[in-house]
Amino acid sequence: MSADVAPEVSVPDVIAGVEPVQSVRTPIRLDYTYVPGRSLTAYLKAMKDKRILGGVCPETGQVAVPPRGVSPLAGKVTEELVEVADHGHIMSFCVTHIPLPGREDLKPPFVAAWVRPEGASIGFIGLITGIEPDECRIGMRVRAVWKPDEELEESAENIPSWEPTGEPDVPENEVRV
Amino acid sequence: MGETTKRNCAVIGVGQTKYQSTRETSIAGLVREAALAALADADMTFADIDAVVIGKAPDFFEGVMMPELYLAEALGAVGKPMLRVHTAGSVGGSTALVATSLIQSGVHERVLTLGFEKQSESNATWALSLPQPFSVSVNAGAGGYFSPIIRQYMESSGAPDLIGCMVAFKDRQHALKNPHAHVHQHDLTFEAVVDAPMLWDPIRYSETCPSSDGACAMVLGSEAVGDAASKPVAWVHGTSMRSEANNFGGRDEVSPQASRDCADDVFAQAGITDRRAEIDAVEMYVPFSWYEPMWLESLGFAPKGEGWKMVEEGATTHGQGDLPVNCSGGVLSSNPIGASGMIRFAEAALQVRGMAGEHQVEGARKAFGHAYGGGAQFFAMWIVGADKPS
Repeated sequence: MSADVAPEVSVPDVIAGVEPVQSVRTPIRLDYTYVPGRSLTAYLKAMKDKRILGGVCPETGQVAVPPRGVSPLAGKVTEELVEVADHGHIMSFCVTHIPLPGREDLKPPFVAAWVRPEGASIGFIGLITGIEPDECRIGMRVRAVWKPDEELEESAENIPSWEPTGEPDVPENEVRV
Repeated sequence: MGETTKRNCAVIGVGQTKYQSTRETSIAGLVREAALAALADADMTFADIDAVVIGKAPDFFEGVMMPELYLAEALGAVGKPMLRVHTAGSVGGSTALVATSLIQSGVHERVLTLGFEKQSESNATWALSLPQPFSVSVNAGAGGYFSPIIRQYMESSGAPDLIGCMVAFKDRQHALKNPHAHVHQHDLTFEAVVDAPMLWDPIRYSETCPSSDGACAMVLGSEAVGDAASKPVAWVHGTSMRSEANNFGGRDEVSPQASRDCADDVFAQAGITDRRAEIDAVEMYVPFSWYEPMWLESLGFAPKGEGWKMVEEGATTHGQGDLPVNCSGGVLSSNPIGASGMIRFAEAALQVRGMAGEHQVEGARKAFGHAYGGGAQFFAMWIVGADKPS
C-alpha cells in the first residue's frame, strides 16, 4: 500500500457534520519526592537557620552557591562547605513585565536578578524588592530579606527577596570577578 | 592519536515546511512533509536513504516522550538506523553535524537529517520555568534567562539602546522574502518595533522570536553522491561543536568560551583567516534581537564591543551590507525550536547552492551556519561552500 494514499474514512450518521475536534487540552500534574543529596541537604538545613552555604572546589577554591556536590568547572566533588554572607550585589537583572506561571503573587513588573552573596564565586537568582524597577542597577548592593523566624523551613523560599542596603555600588570592574 | 581523514560531505537536498502555528498537521505530518521536500530536492526517495538522524528540543515541550520512536514510519526509517540528538536549542545544528559525521566517517552514503517542533501543542515558557527545590522561582522562560546577559552586553559595549530594534526590524524585512517564514509583517515600521511593550526589559515583545510549528530536513551525501547530483550541492568545509557549564565563577556569559572555541575550530578547518571578508552569508541563531551583535563579536566577525556598529551601519542587511545575516528572517521570524538550528544550517547551504530564491545573496560561495542552546552553553557551527574543500 502506498503511504501517500490516505485510507477512506467513514463516520456514523449520528456524528456526520459535527465539527472535527483538532485538539484537546489536558493539563498534567506531577508531584515528586526530591532527594537533595548530601550538599543540598546541608544547604537546605542551614537555610532554616538563616545561613547560606556554598561548596568549595578543592582545585580552584571557587565557592558555588547553592552547593550541588560538584564544582561546575573542575568537576571535583566539593566536600567542604562554607558559609557565605546573606548580603552581596546584583550581577545583572531582568525587569519582568509578564506574569510568571505558578507565581501569581508576583505582580509585574518585578525584578529578577543574579545576586552574588559576598564570599561566593557565582550568583544565584533572586527577587529584588524595596526599590522601583527602573532604579535597579548592576553592581547595587543588596541583602537578604528573610521570612519571619516562625515561618522558616528547609527551603530556598526562606529568602523571598533581596533589598538594597543603600551602600555604594560595587565598582564596575568588580561586579563579575 | 592517529591521523584522521574526514571524507567529503555534501548537502544534496533541503526541505522545509511553512513555519506557522497550525492545527491542521500532526507532528508526523510535519516531519514527513519536510523529509519528502528534501528528498524531492535531492531526486531521491526514502529507499535511497541509509540512516535518519533527528533532533528536537526537550520532550516535555509537547509532552510527547521520545517522539522519534513513533516518527520512524513517517520518515521511512523502519528497518534503518535512526538516531535522536538532544542538545537543547542548538539541537538542529548538532543533529546536522551528527548526520554529517556519518558521511565523513564513511559509515553511510546518504543520510536524511531533520529537526522539528510543534509549539502550538506546547508551552515552552512554562517548560523552561520549572520550579527547583533549591532555588526561588522568579525567572520566566528563556527571555527571563537571557535578559540579564543582554543587559550586561549593553552596559559593557555602550551600544545605543535601539540596536536590538534595528536587528528585529531588519530580520522581519528579510522574512518578507522568505515564503517559509512564520512572521510576515508587511506594514511593520521601525517605530512599531520600538513602541512594542517590554516583556523582559531590555527585551521588547518585538525583539523576541515567535512560537512556530515546523520541520526542516536535509539529505546529506558522500562525495560520490554529491558529484552525481543533478542540482548544485553545498560542500561541508568545517563542522564543530562545543559546550560548557552554565554557571561558574568568572564565566563570560556574553561571549562564552565554548562559543569562541567552537568558532576558532570551524574557521580553522575551513582555512578561513579573515572571517568577515571570506564569508558571504551568515545564518546565526538570534532568538532575541541583541544576540546578533553579541554573536558577531563572539564569532570573530567584529572586534569585542563593536558588533553593534555593524548592525548600525547596515553591514548585516541583505542587499546592502558586506556580511548579510539571517537573510531568511532568522529565528526572530520563525522558531520551531528543534528545527531552528537545522534551518540555519540548511539556509546556509541554500545560499551557496544559489537556491535561496528572493533572499539569495548574489554570488554567495561560502556561508556560515550557527546554533546555540541551553544557557548559551551548547554550540554547533558549520561552514559550507559552493566548491569542494581544497
